[in-house]
Amino acid sequence: MSCSRRDFLKQACGGTLASVLPISAFTFLTNEEARAAVENANVRWAFLVDTNKCVGCGLCVKACKTENEIPYDAPVTRTWVERYVITNDGKAHIDSPMGGRDGFIDNVINGEEIDPEKIDKAFFVPKLCNQCDNPPCVQVCPVGATYQTGDGVVLVDREWCIGCGYCIMACPYGVRFFHPVHRVADKCNFCYHRITKGMNPACVDSCAFDARRIANLRDPDDPVTKIITTERVAVLKDEYGTKPHVFYIGLDENVR
Amino acid sequence: MTSEAVVHGVEWTVKELFVYPNEFIYWSIQIVMYPYMTGLVAGAFVLSSLYHVFGQKDLKEIAQFSLVFSLALLPAAGLPLLLHLQQPTRAMEPLLTPHFTSAISAFGIVFTTYGLIVVSEIWFVYRKFFVEQVHELKGKQGFGNILRLNVYRVLTMGAFDISEEALKVDHKAAKILAGIGIPVACFLHGYAGFIFGSVKANALWMSPLMPVIFIMSAVVSGIALCMLTYIVIMEWKAFRQRRKGGTSLAIEIKGAETDIINTATKYLLGFLVAAISLEILDLIFRGYTAMKSWDILRSVMYGKDFINIFVLQYTMGNLVPFALLLLPGRSMKRTVLALLLVLFGVFMMRWNVVIGGQAFSLSFSGYMHYHIPIIPHSLETFKEGLFGALTVIATPFVLFWIINKFVPSLERGEEVGH
Repeated sequence: MSCSRRDFLKQACGGTLASVLPISAFTFLTNEEARAAVENANVRWAFLVDTNKCVGCGLCVKACKTENEIPYDAPVTRTWVERYVITNDGKAHIDSPMGGRDGFIDNVINGEEIDPEKIDKAFFVPKLCNQCDNPPCVQVCPVGATYQTGDGVVLVDREWCIGCGYCIMACPYGVRFFHPVHRVADKCNFCYHRITKGMNPACVDSCAFDARRIANLRDPDDPVTKIITTERVAVLKDEYGTKPHVFYIGLDENVR
Repeated sequence: MTSEAVVHGVEWTVKELFVYPNEFIYWSIQIVMYPYMTGLVAGAFVLSSLYHVFGQKDLKEIAQFSLVFSLALLPAAGLPLLLHLQQPTRAMEPLLTPHFTSAISAFGIVFTTYGLIVVSEIWFVYRKFFVEQVHELKGKQGFGNILRLNVYRVLTMGAFDISEEALKVDHKAAKILAGIGIPVACFLHGYAGFIFGSVKANALWMSPLMPVIFIMSAVVSGIALCMLTYIVIMEWKAFRQRRKGGTSLAIEIKGAETDIINTATKYLLGFLVAAISLEILDLIFRGYTAMKSWDILRSVMYGKDFINIFVLQYTMGNLVPFALLLLPGRSMKRTVLALLLVLFGVFMMRWNVVIGGQAFSLSFSGYMHYHIPIIPHSLETFKEGLFGALTVIATPFVLFWIINKFVPSLERGEEVGH
């Protein structure tokens, strides 16, 4: 076969164009367009944690692990409770053994026994995914396997996640981990399968002290929304510009 | 095994003080290897381009070698990423559904573009050689010859014209490709730096200087590896000549080798100065601005990782080889030692960025220590352990050995390519 260089280049260009053109028939949706297509303008999920009410029993962690099938003894969890003990020397002692699953039953924090006489203040802070409005985890996912729904919750597609761990690195709150069984990124989603059916998240239902509550920010009559909008609440690490949607009552400067 | 054992990262992470429950060292040795190998690729290509684009004639021989070597290094740059994925069978997804707000999504595209540039440049440089081989091997008997003939036939891609005009066009094409290749090579690596530098959650990584630092140290390590491999191969050749009794030829080989190494050393030192300056600037800036994260960063840099950063990276990896290369009366042995130290220094820099960036908790109240798995007892501890890393290091040399059988990048004296 004789083929001049010119012909070769011509045919190569033609072939490339022919294979590329059909692909260009697909359109890329921007995040906003994609959201508009599935937008549910009546709902924006948020969460309210009243740290004054939390006693650190760990029932929420137990309930979450069971409901969401996170192996019970694995050291990863979708929600956890942190214990803060500030002693009179100004030191903050913080721990969360097994995510606080089994409660806090002794005075030992990170191997150090705390003298109850020397405690200035102590409290518990439950943590979970902040379902940020500007989620860095969604931004960095190379395949779009983690995404934000129209009602504000960030979800993970277990069938599409490649397990690169970039989202885990990008989350300033450390809520993400690799699921020990599915081997893909995993995190709290406010029990999306429950809240979209009118139920409460498992941790909310299991909390006997009303420390955890779910809210729909778009519903002005929602009692929890009323608290968020009319009382003084704070969010975690707002300096990262993530616009977190888990609101806290009774946060302290020591809270990490 | 209990379910605990399969949590990714538990195997090699030791926590100290308060660390969030889900925090582990998720990015381990393979993510250290990824920028390291990518850097070697980019550096090797930049070295070869110095000759092809800027006409640094004195670099001609090492340029040809480093071009082919950068092709051999290329698969080894993607390998660590594949090995660290939790779902390696889904590795093609970033190409199928790229999510362009993510720095990683562009990897496949940049990597492929760069690969095509390297392969085409090699083709243009060696096309004449391929055609000559086809003519030479035609009609020869034996399985090996027939196999080689067919390989070279495929490599010519049907272009048998080796008239002077055609070769001129080849030459021009190679030059253009080398020219395009420099920014692409820098992009390939600068963007590896961007992957880290853009993680706002990580106090150590987040810096706009990160991509530039990565490019500079990439060129340093690339040049160092090319020089080192070149020296080893040339010494071996001279040694073989001497054993055959060709003492004068051996002296000639060694003379040429010394010239090339002297020139390449100058470039190496230049890029080394740039890399160190930027790193020190970054360090000073962090200390001076003393943001919220500085307390924990300082305790990691000046405390927990002091040996890794200041002794192994800056002193052993930068200062000592700098002195070894600059002090008068430099011998080939001293050069080799300096080059080994430079390569080690750049590796430690990658290590201190990747592992050091995970040495402290996002809570700024605790630390994580990395214990690299040595003896593998599962696929994961192999992939993300010492032997996984060694596999990645060995790959380019094996590939080079194979590629060099067909594309002789180390021939001297006779005209191979341009």
